[in-house]
Amino acid sequence: MPLNMIVCCKQVLDPEAPPASFKIDPSTNKVIPPPGVPPVVSPFDEQAVEAALRIKDQQGGKITVLSLGNNLLRDVVKKPLSMGADELILLEDEAFEGGDSWSIANALATAIKKIGEYDLIFCGRQAADWDAGQVGTGIAEILGIPSVTVAKKVEATDGKAKVERVISDGYQVIEVTLPALITVSNELGEARYATLKGIMAAAKKQPTVWKPADIGLEPSQIGTAGRRAKLLKLFQPVKEGKCEIIEADTPAEAGTKLAAKLREAKVI
Amino acid sequence: MAENKGIMVYGEIVDGKISSITTELLGCGRKLADELKEDLSCILVGDKLGDAPKQTVAYGADKVYTAEDPLLKEYQTDSYVAVMEKAAKDLSPKIILFGQTSVGRDLAPRLAFRLGASLSMDCMELSIDPGTKLLHQTRSVYGGNARATFTSEIFPQMATVRQKAMSPLAPDESRKGEITPIKVELDPAKIRTKVLETVKEEVVGVKLEDAQAIVAGGRGIGGPDGFKQLEDLAKVLKGAVGASRPPCDNKWVPDTMQIGLTGKIVTPELYIAVGLSGASQHLAGCSGAKNIIAINKDPEANIYKEARFGVVGDWKQILPAFTEKVKELLAG
Repeated sequence: MPLNMIVCCKQVLDPEAPPASFKIDPSTNKVIPPPGVPPVVSPFDEQAVEAALRIKDQQGGKITVLSLGNNLLRDVVKKPLSMGADELILLEDEAFEGGDSWSIANALATAIKKIGEYDLIFCGRQAADWDAGQVGTGIAEILGIPSVTVAKKVEATDGKAKVERVISDGYQVIEVTLPALITVSNELGEARYATLKGIMAAAKKQPTVWKPADIGLEPSQIGTAGRRAKLLKLFQPVKEGKCEIIEADTPAEAGTKLAAKLREAKVI
Repeated sequence: MAENKGIMVYGEIVDGKISSITTELLGCGRKLADELKEDLSCILVGDKLGDAPKQTVAYGADKVYTAEDPLLKEYQTDSYVAVMEKAAKDLSPKIILFGQTSVGRDLAPRLAFRLGASLSMDCMELSIDPGTKLLHQTRSVYGGNARATFTSEIFPQMATVRQKAMSPLAPDESRKGEITPIKVELDPAKIRTKVLETVKEEVVGVKLEDAQAIVAGGRGIGGPDGFKQLEDLAKVLKGAVGASRPPCDNKWVPDTMQIGLTGKIVTPELYIAVGLSGASQHLAGCSGAKNIIAINKDPEANIYKEARFGVVGDWKQILPAFTEKVKELLAG
């Protein structure tokens, strides 16, 4: 049976950017985007798109992608379309900036109510910037639907989904009634690449843009104004970085010397 | 509404005993409670709690609330959130702490949204602001590249805490505490999930979380065969083998071997990182290790910033000689 699916995708600074390029502006408590490294769709969200696409491959359906932010780069947020998603809705406005898990989940859930019909909602387990890990569950709670978190496999049949949920020493197979929200983890496997055909189709598609008023939200409910968690400080932990490098004429000798050094330092 | 008072720890039970993260939460909660001069309570949820309530008292709880019901045999979001919602509303704690575990990371956000409260996940530090008496919550953000401190003026203030970030108290069997059962009416029709099966991966030898020596491989290991060499070294050290994310994503090793922000958190005495660049999200899982040793061909690799000793070069040529010498030293 074809399913209506919604995937929430966040545009984030590229988490694969070299750690040395990571800088914070302490006066604003914000990260300075590394020069020359474009933002990306948060990797867990890409895998959430992949989870939806696998279901669409099997039984057909429609995938609507929802992204929230301001000045979203079309090339970035359109990536799920080029992978095979059908529609893109952007919640895009200056007022959406600076939100926390609460205000973001509330805005996304309100937009999902406006979309109306859905069987499955997918989110990444956490976003690669704030790593909060709450928005997916929050959307489910606001919508009053069940959620299963940290999924590595999702199948849907007869009004139910069967989800493999990662636990520390293995996984659980959980059956959940639809509609439901699933958060996806990296154990699901790599997200597919965009095909040339997909990229061309995506280029032709125009995203629908919704402002706060379009989903009936007041500025006081969104972005910084809608926060419940107050950010006091954003900082980089100080690293001592005093590694003693063991050198020798050959790699094998260095290995032997390293072992001797560990004994000398009473590490072994 | 009653004034919010006291610290509540959500306790987890594994194999009939309170889990290690629960003892850590009680240790941390005890400190916060003493600073606020308020009580520390622990809530335990399950079908058979056995001795666990007494154990939580020994580890520092003043009060224990127990919710025992056959419907609570396994963790399920809907039933456990219902119990915690009632407990939070009836008992009005000021702070609720959870472990950053499979259960905590599912239960805490759902409960926070239901209560309209604010939550910080995966906290590494918690403290009480001397002026406002609010809880300050410091957690890792941006994949471990940065830390952020949050607070909230909405009660209860909620946090999940990273495993091994806090120290437990030494258990004291003579401590006295009050154990109170709480009654929650559960409607099976409102539990919208069903656990069909729990599949546990077999662990041969030492468990990663318990190992005092860990040999971890990264992308540079190149394939499943390379990990056999890491196993040889781990055997000599009576330790375990772990991995960063790429070897797991590439299916060279099982997912359960992943160490990092979204994998396991380990704090061994010795952590030997082989062919592993040291991405922040990996370091988030191992930076608590006492001695990190790095073997990598890239002298600029991030791992050297965390390491105490290192060798730069091809691990394939370094490791056999290293393993041999370690074996010799440990035998002698």
